[in-house]
Amino acid sequence: MENLLSQARQEPLWNTNRNIVVGLAALSLFLVVFPLFGPGPFYLHLMIMIFMYAVMSQSWNVIAGLSGQISLGHGAFFGIGAYASSYLYVQYGVSPWLGILVGMFFAGIIAIAIGIPMLRLSGHYFAIATLLIGISIQVIFQRWEMVGAASGLWIPLTDESSWSALQFHDSKMPYYYLFLGFFVVTYLLVWRLSSSKIGFRLRAVRDDPQAASSLGIDISKYKIIAYAISAVIMAPMGSLFAQYILIVDPERMFSLEISIMVLLMTVLGGIGNIWGPLLGVAILIPLSEYTRIYFGGTGSAVDLILYGLILMLICVFRPAGLISLFPKHWIEREKQR
Amino acid sequence: MNILSVEGLGKSFGGIRANHDISFAIGQGEILGIIGPNGAGKSTLFDLITGYTTPDSGKVVFDGKDITGLRPDKICNQGIGRTFQKLKPFADLTLLENVMIGAFARENDIRHARDKALEIIDFVDLIEKRHHFARELSTGQRKRLELARAMATEPKLLLMDEVTGGVDQRTIPGLVALIQKMKASGVTIATIEHNINIIMEISDNILALDQGQKIAFGKPADIQNDERVIDAYLGRVDVA
Repeated sequence: MENLLSQARQEPLWNTNRNIVVGLAALSLFLVVFPLFGPGPFYLHLMIMIFMYAVMSQSWNVIAGLSGQISLGHGAFFGIGAYASSYLYVQYGVSPWLGILVGMFFAGIIAIAIGIPMLRLSGHYFAIATLLIGISIQVIFQRWEMVGAASGLWIPLTDESSWSALQFHDSKMPYYYLFLGFFVVTYLLVWRLSSSKIGFRLRAVRDDPQAASSLGIDISKYKIIAYAISAVIMAPMGSLFAQYILIVDPERMFSLEISIMVLLMTVLGGIGNIWGPLLGVAILIPLSEYTRIYFGGTGSAVDLILYGLILMLICVFRPAGLISLFPKHWIEREKQR
Repeated sequence: MNILSVEGLGKSFGGIRANHDISFAIGQGEILGIIGPNGAGKSTLFDLITGYTTPDSGKVVFDGKDITGLRPDKICNQGIGRTFQKLKPFADLTLLENVMIGAFARENDIRHARDKALEIIDFVDLIEKRHHFARELSTGQRKRLELARAMATEPKLLLMDEVTGGVDQRTIPGLVALIQKMKASGVTIATIEHNINIIMEISDNILALDQGQKIAFGKPADIQNDERVIDAYLGRVDVA
């Protein structure tokens, strides 16, 4: 026994699988050099949307997959990020970089304010509450004159492309690297989070709240932490998207579709697994963009029909998501070794 | 010195008095056995002490502090650990991860938590199973998991709810030996137990409950001969 114990102590903390390391290195290299092959604006746009939704779905994965609380109004934090940076820029000329931080701050504060009363409610009620809050926030922004009410805010064009104003007129390439950077940093931080004390305790809260509280875990506090982290991850995507399309309006930024998409993508790919959201996004975003091409501007309804169909198939045949199709030892959540 | 004293604890659910005016104390380093027929209020008593249920009356004093009505996580931080009658392992986490979550009650550093968890897993003799998911373990092994997980929070007092219940006969002696080993390591223990032979063997004192009330408290030998306990629980053998 003594031998086994000392042997166990020698084991590395994390089971780093060579396949994963090699795969990630290859993927990173590919993503960095991809624009250099001159893929053209459509493919750059496609990749930008993949990065953006990968972060947004990961945000949802933190609250739903890691802590087990279903949020149906996560688009609210996207919109808050978009409006925070855009309003500060339009009104006061504040750099969007600072605007991103302000958006993250507000998203976090609002998540805590919502979370304190709502996360005391058990499962279903939190989901319903977030849905209603998501819709209410959209209505508020539709009526709010200060931020342009229903017509929203136009971000004035700079004369030249600029990293400080985050506007690039000649090429989508800088946007590509901008979104790629946020994507990589987000995934690294979420990986770090899930393998920290907070991550362990969140999984405990998700799996069995009663047992968790017998181990000294303040359940409400940890749910609120997860919700706030999730909101803080979501907000910068709103800010960046605003810079990408240079307009913010309540219809687009607080769209219910955002809240539904992040859920669909995460569940499709594999909820609770760090790679699940990325996989779901890598499938659904191209599907959505291509159906838009084939069926014209109003093709968005067709992709939603397809999503619904795919999701039904997933629920029936692969409840753990598509990630579960991969060999188990590849994708097993960084199992403690 | 008493580490835990319970004074006049009471709780009703609807019209049912699940616990009524229960008082007793546990001395430092002792094992208290709790017996009683099904529905006697044993698990309710644990829930009242550990904050899962708020008492209607009475108080719980632990280590000199009034802890009545504190939340379960605060109770754990005060130094009371517990296991559950209906086991509650984190099924999709490994044994090691389960116990690490317990260790995080006192540790922030992941490596310290890991090393401490390994030590406790070794203590409960499951070291070779450390990377197995909890759902892959047998019932007896999951009982050990719960004990290890609770031990990892460094409790001064550990409440065990039917550790030997629902496991096959061969694994019982090992679990009993483990309880005694835990006592030897300095933990005070209160254990709910249906197996009368075990309880007589390991307990320093026994608390007998029936229909939510204390019917006896004392040394095993005295409890064995107590009229009310025999009536309520042990059963009377008619000698003609």
